[in-house]
Amino acid sequence: MTTATDVHAHDDHHEHHPAGIMRWLTTTNHKDIGTMYLTFSLIMFLVGGMMILGVRAELFKPGLQLMRPEFFNQLIGVHALVMIFAALMPAATGFANWLLPLQLGAPDMALPRLNNWGFWLLPPAAILLTLPFTLALFGIGDGAVATGWTLYAPLSVQGGLGVDFAIFSIHLLGISSVLGSINIIVTIFNMRAPGMTLMKMPLFAWGWLITAFLLIATIPVLAGAVTMLLTDRHFGTHFFDAAGGGDPILFQHLFWFFGHPEVYILLLPVWGFIPHILSAFTRKPVYGYKAQVYSFWAIGILSVVVWAHHFLTVGMPVPALLYFMYSTMSISLPLAVLFFCWIANMWKGSMSFETPMLFATGWIILFGIGGLTGLVLADVAADAQYHHSYFVVAHFHYTLFAGGIMGVMAGVYFWLPKMTGRMYNEKLGKLHFWLTAIAFNMTFIPQFFLGLAGMPRRIPDYALQFADFNMISSISAFVLGLSQLLFVYNIVSCVRGHGEKAADKPWEGAEGLEWTLSSPPPYHSFTEQPVIK
Amino acid sequence: MNAEDRALANRKLVKKLLWVIAGAILFTIALVPLYNVMCQVTGFNGKTGNSAEQAAKSMKVDNTRWVTVEFTSNVMPGLAWTFYPKQTSIRVHPGQIELATYVAKNIANQEVIGQAIPSVSPGQASLYFKKIECFCFQRQTLKPGESKEMPLTFFVSPDLPKQIETITLSYAFYSAVK
Repeated sequence: MTTATDVHAHDDHHEHHPAGIMRWLTTTNHKDIGTMYLTFSLIMFLVGGMMILGVRAELFKPGLQLMRPEFFNQLIGVHALVMIFAALMPAATGFANWLLPLQLGAPDMALPRLNNWGFWLLPPAAILLTLPFTLALFGIGDGAVATGWTLYAPLSVQGGLGVDFAIFSIHLLGISSVLGSINIIVTIFNMRAPGMTLMKMPLFAWGWLITAFLLIATIPVLAGAVTMLLTDRHFGTHFFDAAGGGDPILFQHLFWFFGHPEVYILLLPVWGFIPHILSAFTRKPVYGYKAQVYSFWAIGILSVVVWAHHFLTVGMPVPALLYFMYSTMSISLPLAVLFFCWIANMWKGSMSFETPMLFATGWIILFGIGGLTGLVLADVAADAQYHHSYFVVAHFHYTLFAGGIMGVMAGVYFWLPKMTGRMYNEKLGKLHFWLTAIAFNMTFIPQFFLGLAGMPRRIPDYALQFADFNMISSISAFVLGLSQLLFVYNIVSCVRGHGEKAADKPWEGAEGLEWTLSSPPPYHSFTEQPVIK
Repeated sequence: MNAEDRALANRKLVKKLLWVIAGAILFTIALVPLYNVMCQVTGFNGKTGNSAEQAAKSMKVDNTRWVTVEFTSNVMPGLAWTFYPKQTSIRVHPGQIELATYVAKNIANQEVIGQAIPSVSPGQASLYFKKIECFCFQRQTLKPGESKEMPLTFFVSPDLPKQIETITLSYAFYSAVK
């Protein structure tokens, strides 16, 4: 966290910001807002994690032990919504706020007041999403949204008031990310230091630029789809209600027209992190910068034309199936380019394995498994067996937990010394990595096999033959959950000013404008823009 | 760039981006009719067109081929009816006009209006399954305890692709809405 005491002679008038809670409510400073985003993200990560530990506890043994199936359904759906919209997306936005001005040589984000509003929409959205749990305790309604995060009609048309809460929560989250994206695009286009052309921009900025474009193009589609759901539920329209001539499959098309780009919205900022980290700890420049930028674009564009592979079994005609299969598989080409660039970056580098590098290398392997299992699912013939099974659950956790959250963790360890001015505890950091990586694999590898054996997802009970693998998966999930406390400890102790003081450039191989500033950076980053030659 | 120029440039870019968002919202709204047109033109998703009397007049019966048409039924929640086909399947020649009958009974103690929604699978066959007269063209009203036979006149177009030998027609009866 930045301290408020960095006094600079030329921006005195900015230094008298309010203290206490008013500082955070009214701040327009990119670092303060970034800090709030990251804090919110960490809290919601733990909340979403606790929800799924409830689910894993129920799945520890066959039969119903701990909860009603309705409550189980609520937990899995809200877990996904919380992790995607309230943990992973705000983490990426938090990093964008913190790092983009530092990396681009800008004094702040382009639209600071919009930025503040963008953040403060998030806490009400999170409350809306989880409030029905509390209301149900007082006998109001029947709990949170129980449709799974995909909100498929007709189930969501018939669901209880939790669905309405989720719809309004999604509206707020959507507005927040659209505002954040506008701000990021404007910052990237207008606020770069003189001499920093687009093709000299750090890859993190490139990843976020494409993410931001995807967000403003697809979030309105999700907002529109859930609004139609709302009018179907309460105002007598029949967009998705077959009784009035609507079509529930239309909802799936609308949802995944947003939902598939969303995957890359979550991943592109992380793909931006990784080259920075690999380059720092291999002491080599970023390999294949241009190839990576073009691959980002290729994947961003392809991501909006492949949506129906999420419901290949819905009964589409063969030509449509073939189109969605081949277009989906074609994404693996630019993605393979990225993988080769990351691996080539390490080739003959003088590597050292500090915590961020451990997370980055582990990330490459685990995200690779996520990508390859995705290819299996894209195969129309194979998907008929794997669809809606635990294979899918394992696949998307390899892409979104390993590929998303572990990538974010790599970034946290890499930039935490810059943000807080303190070094984290390296031993605990490494322990955190190994516990996370091992427990993660032990949680989800059994789920691949459960899925292959035919265990369906989103069901609170299962047949006896699945018992052993579920037990392994549940125990590992608890280890995975508990080991995140090390992560929290490391962050909190840095923020509270424990640990060694960090140098301005704590990693000898690191490159980029952010390392030219002090650790932690002054309240206003670059009051005079650096010139890039 | 000085601060004023930058503020101006920022405002310009924000305006452009707001247009992009407005475009995305319009696109979403346009997707609804586009989707329905797409389904009707291509027969995706088992959506069948309505009356097919015109096509029936200028058509030859293909006596060399048999197609099995199967009938199924569903009653959706909220409608207290029983509803089932009198015959589970019929063998027809493509082009030959046939009659099938469903039976519906109102088991509620009040008058109820229902609407049947058809669906044909496989989806590719839906373009070639033509209904001349169908109880699903209108809403159906049943008095308490009343039972009614509901006829359906149809034919399978001779253009039906060769590999399709069985067509399943499914009706879902919904409580009719305002």
